[in-house]
Amino acid sequence: MTSDRTMAAVPGPIRADYLVVSRLIEPGSRVLDVGCGDGALLKLLRDEKGVDGRGIELSREGVNRCVAEGLAVIQGDADTDLAFYPDNAFDVVILSQTIQATRAPRVVLEHMLRIGRQAIVSFPNFGHWRLRYQLVTRGRMPTSENLPYHWYDTPNIHFCTIRDFVDLVRDIDAAIDHSTALDASGRQVRVNAPWWFWNLFGEQAVFKLSRGG
Amino acid sequence: MARARRIPDDLARQQADQPAGEVAHFGADEPLVLDAGISLAPFQIAYRTYGTLNAERSNAILVCHALTGDQHVASQNPVTGKSGWWDIMIGPGKPIDTDRYFVICTNVLGGCMGTTGPASTDPATGQPYGLSLPLITIPDMVRAQAMLVKRLGIDTLFSVVGGSMGGMQVLQWAAQYRDAVFSAMPIATAARHSAQNIAFHEVGRQAIMADPEWRGGRYLAEGTRPSAGLAVARMAAHITYLSDAALHRKFGRRFQDRDAPTFSFDADFQVESYLRYQGEAFVERFDANSYLYVTRAMDYFDIAADHGGSLARAFAGTRTRFCVVSFTSDWLFPTADSRQVVHALNAAGASVSFAEITSDKGHDAFLLDAPELFAITRGFLDSAARARGIA
Repeated sequence: MTSDRTMAAVPGPIRADYLVVSRLIEPGSRVLDVGCGDGALLKLLRDEKGVDGRGIELSREGVNRCVAEGLAVIQGDADTDLAFYPDNAFDVVILSQTIQATRAPRVVLEHMLRIGRQAIVSFPNFGHWRLRYQLVTRGRMPTSENLPYHWYDTPNIHFCTIRDFVDLVRDIDAAIDHSTALDASGRQVRVNAPWWFWNLFGEQAVFKLSRGG
Repeated sequence: MARARRIPDDLARQQADQPAGEVAHFGADEPLVLDAGISLAPFQIAYRTYGTLNAERSNAILVCHALTGDQHVASQNPVTGKSGWWDIMIGPGKPIDTDRYFVICTNVLGGCMGTTGPASTDPATGQPYGLSLPLITIPDMVRAQAMLVKRLGIDTLFSVVGGSMGGMQVLQWAAQYRDAVFSAMPIATAARHSAQNIAFHEVGRQAIMADPEWRGGRYLAEGTRPSAGLAVARMAAHITYLSDAALHRKFGRRFQDRDAPTFSFDADFQVESYLRYQGEAFVERFDANSYLYVTRAMDYFDIAADHGGSLARAFAGTRTRFCVVSFTSDWLFPTADSRQVVHALNAAGASVSFAEITSDKGHDAFLLDAPELFAITRGFLDSAARARGIA
């Protein structure tokens, strides 16, 4: 659940995927942000959408910063702590840029759709052409600005591509209510493009899911 | 070896009946029904307040003290002359800001600083209660505090804050008086006392009761003091408030005022000298029977047991905002205890923050200079104050 967001202490422009997530949230919703980092998304949702937001974050620094900001955030782990939340406790459960760092992504996703009526997941797309190109030409594990780690020190243990993720969504009988792919500069990839196109040109993706396929 | 400053015995003794600060008296018409099944009346609660209650009576924070603490949380202690035990946290401009909030701190029921306890004079006999006082529980302490809060004209506490046994009271308040608690900060605590902690307490109690000067609990009437036993109890307990790392950093294996071992049972090591000092200083200010009563209250504490074994049920439907805090090196109330509370609060759908603070200072960390704890406390209270409409 350690995400690159915990590293970003300096307030900068709001991240592109946060803006996409924010647009997908109804004002006043009850929201759980799993892997909420320094709380930037929760704050955005609180200030812009008036949500009743809660968070879980693995890193102590992130949690302490959130709580000092008055956010209801607990130190915890998506893999172990989601089990303690009751069914239907939230309108939306968000997992942004974190699913690839969980030990059991499928279980986490199933918990999210149990705890919340809807789930929003954003993740880096390992099928992006630049990563494919690096692997093919250099024969080494790809790195990028958003994925700066070496293979041996990365918290990201379960990378997937957009198509892999869509397969998982089908496997757990969830429905895709919305999907967006963003390119390296945070712009939306052409909306009506087929999956293979997104999978090649989307650097990250944002999915909104609900129960029942 | 450093010697504890000698405090005249009657200075501590007189606090039991005539404490410094405020006292609320509850007469025969307002008995306190104890968990032991006995009505206690009359009784009194000694307390201190700081700051000003606002016109809406919405800015009151109750601070609950730990096992050997007292009501003098942010002002000079009348017995030791030292500054308040949480002076670093509470005051003008501090995290619990007395320019903004009205802070109340009571001596717990069973204590020895002015609230009715075993060292208090039993009005029926004119003698100290000693062991004739019924056993006290954490819910009893909280019930007594609630009577005081009501008498002060406060319907809803803006916050209840406390560490260790104080944190137990915070959790009890939230479970028992949910509509009267807007926010709650249980720090370095648990929803039930562990077997290991009960075991440590039993060692302390046995040390006191094994002291011949204890006289079956009648030492005050008979003019003796079980000082040796109480000092040993404090020494053993004090170890549990620290950590291996903190002890090592502070003392290591260094000798006390000597270069080599003396081949005797004198306090060769600094750590021995330190513990002896802690023991001696403690007996100057604390009543041995009070130590028995208050440790017992902690032992009996188990919120889930009072709610059909389910901690989540104790908090079901709560609207209180919680901020739970633990410390990494605290092995007396380890993070797992706090996490259990957090999981129950999550299951109950409560608004909860939980931070584990990195510290090598052990359980005592919550009383010390902990900038992260201060930032968290300030942030949590600020956000709760916004929600409560406190300026």
